[in-house]
Amino acid sequence: MGTVKMSSSRRKFLKTAAMLAGATVGYTWLKSSNFLLYGAEPKDKSLPWYGIGIDIEKCIGCGNCAKACKKENDVPLEPFYFRNWVEQYTVKNDGSVDIVSPNGGIDGFVQRVPDDDIFKSFFVPKMCNHCAKSPCEQVCPVGATFLSPEGLVLIDEKYCIGCRYCVQACPYGCRFIHPVKKVANKCTFCYHRVKKGLDPACMEVCPTGARIYGNLRDPGSNIVKYLKEHTTHVLRPNLNTGSKLYYNALSSEVR
Amino acid sequence: MEPLYQNLYEALGHVQGYIFPNEIDLQWGILIVVYPFITGLVAGAFILASLERVFNVKILKSTYQLALLTALSFLLVATLPLISHLSQPQRAYEIMITPHSSSAMAIFGFVYLWYLMVVLLLEIWFDYRHSMVVWSNEKTGAMRWVYRILTLGVNDISPRTVSWDRKLGYIITIVGIPSAFILHGYVGFIFGSIKANPWWSTPLMPIIFLFSAMVSGISMVMLIYMVINYFRKQSIKVEVLDSIGKFLFFVLILDFTLEALDQIHRIYVAEESFEIIQLLVSGKLYLTLFVSQGLIGTLIPLITLAFLQFYKGKIRLRKSLYFIVGILVLIGVYSMRWNVVIGGQLFSKSFSGFTSFKVGLIGIDGTLMAAFWLLLPFGILAFLLWLLPPWKMVEAEE
Repeated sequence: MGTVKMSSSRRKFLKTAAMLAGATVGYTWLKSSNFLLYGAEPKDKSLPWYGIGIDIEKCIGCGNCAKACKKENDVPLEPFYFRNWVEQYTVKNDGSVDIVSPNGGIDGFVQRVPDDDIFKSFFVPKMCNHCAKSPCEQVCPVGATFLSPEGLVLIDEKYCIGCRYCVQACPYGCRFIHPVKKVANKCTFCYHRVKKGLDPACMEVCPTGARIYGNLRDPGSNIVKYLKEHTTHVLRPNLNTGSKLYYNALSSEVR
Repeated sequence: MEPLYQNLYEALGHVQGYIFPNEIDLQWGILIVVYPFITGLVAGAFILASLERVFNVKILKSTYQLALLTALSFLLVATLPLISHLSQPQRAYEIMITPHSSSAMAIFGFVYLWYLMVVLLLEIWFDYRHSMVVWSNEKTGAMRWVYRILTLGVNDISPRTVSWDRKLGYIITIVGIPSAFILHGYVGFIFGSIKANPWWSTPLMPIIFLFSAMVSGISMVMLIYMVINYFRKQSIKVEVLDSIGKFLFFVLILDFTLEALDQIHRIYVAEESFEIIQLLVSGKLYLTLFVSQGLIGTLIPLITLAFLQFYKGKIRLRKSLYFIVGILVLIGVYSMRWNVVIGGQLFSKSFSGFTSFKVGLIGIDGTLMAAFWLLLPFGILAFLLWLLPPWKMVEAEE
């Protein structure tokens, strides 16, 4: 018995088939990976899929957003509970970084580093990143934390058992246990307002337009325009949380 | 001002560097330190009992039932610190009826129940059934009925049935070993899977928890064996201690190796969180990590146990050394739980600062409550030893 040479047409067929199979697998994989920009595929495409933009270059550290958030959402006024806060970063000439957020920035900031020592300084507003692959939602043992069809991470207060696992799981420090309600609490993106067509409180009061949001599915939305025109980053991208909070001019000191 | 706020304002004064504002309130306190410690004792004690049975270590036969009852006593308490720590404890049952499939914590109830109902209770039942039938015939009054109920009406003590008890008990032991591994490995996974926390997030966490569990469970059974025999004025057999000690020695070596590997890996790869963790272990965790866990709880016991592998001299000295080693190892493992649970919350996820932790004496989260949960299992054990005394068990004819 001698070797049978494979006819060139058959070889071509196998090659093409393999390529097609490879391409299909590759495409499926890529398709499932387009969360890089949009966090994840929304299930209901008729609803908006919200993304948030914060332009650090525009933030003046007035703290209005943090103040408005507490007021709108009945967050305890003590300086240990914030759905929204502003951090001030001061990089000194010696390379060290001074970070402060007194009362979440609500009362404004006083620069404590002498002018001569400052290399650069900037403000970073923080809030829930409304991650599409949110670690807090993943770990909730009863499913009290869930992702809304609009891509917002929300909490069912009547269901939360107060185990605090979600607080541990959030890499951004956005959660706390409400001292009165005794359940987990966090930014809802002012869901009660957004549903009525109003802006979230923090967006409404920002005097410089440093905060924007919009439907990531809508090519004409503010957020898509913002993402197109700026070089944006998310916080802790290595954790692959599918964060939908995109910062412009994010410095590497910020975590 | 409310005491909670007062404590937090005080903590605010102790913040070092920068922490996220929500991080001042430390979420998991001393009860969550107690919980893995107790669960570890369960898994460790059970594994010791199982090894005796599976590998037929005759010398350890006197500790077999003791280990099982110890495991049961601690298991009955294991969930209580957890539930009492919830801010909505009345909703705890939700975790069983609507578990969230992606949550590592959600499976806890099932792992726990499996272990309690299918493994421990069944094994103990098969082990004691024969004796309970005999006791129910011997006793009078209420106790007669208690034992009769405990036999669940299976009163046949023919050699054939009794040998079936043994066979089925053996099968459960075989099932029980991986179950014990799962029970405690799983507790490690609860911490190890939190990617936001670099002090916890390591795939080694479950296996480290498992080995430290075995170390603590073995030590606890060894101590209980010594204490009970002392009170019952029975001789504490040094051969039994030697045998448990040898096992403890090897498991402790493995435990130490794994924990060292974890730290060496952290130091060598020196990721983003390296600096803050370095500050953590050399500062706030120095005493509990290097002194309490490392020196007192690991190195001194290791050296002593190594010495006891060769030294076969004065029996009194050997017994005393085993007793001290047992206590030191327990201190070490408790410190390890502390270092994991509290240590992991002391540094900010901004990696730029530290919060502080102060345990109160009273309150649901206080030291007294933690001590209560740690002591309660001993009360249960005393009751179980009274109800099911291993030393009065009826030996079946082989």
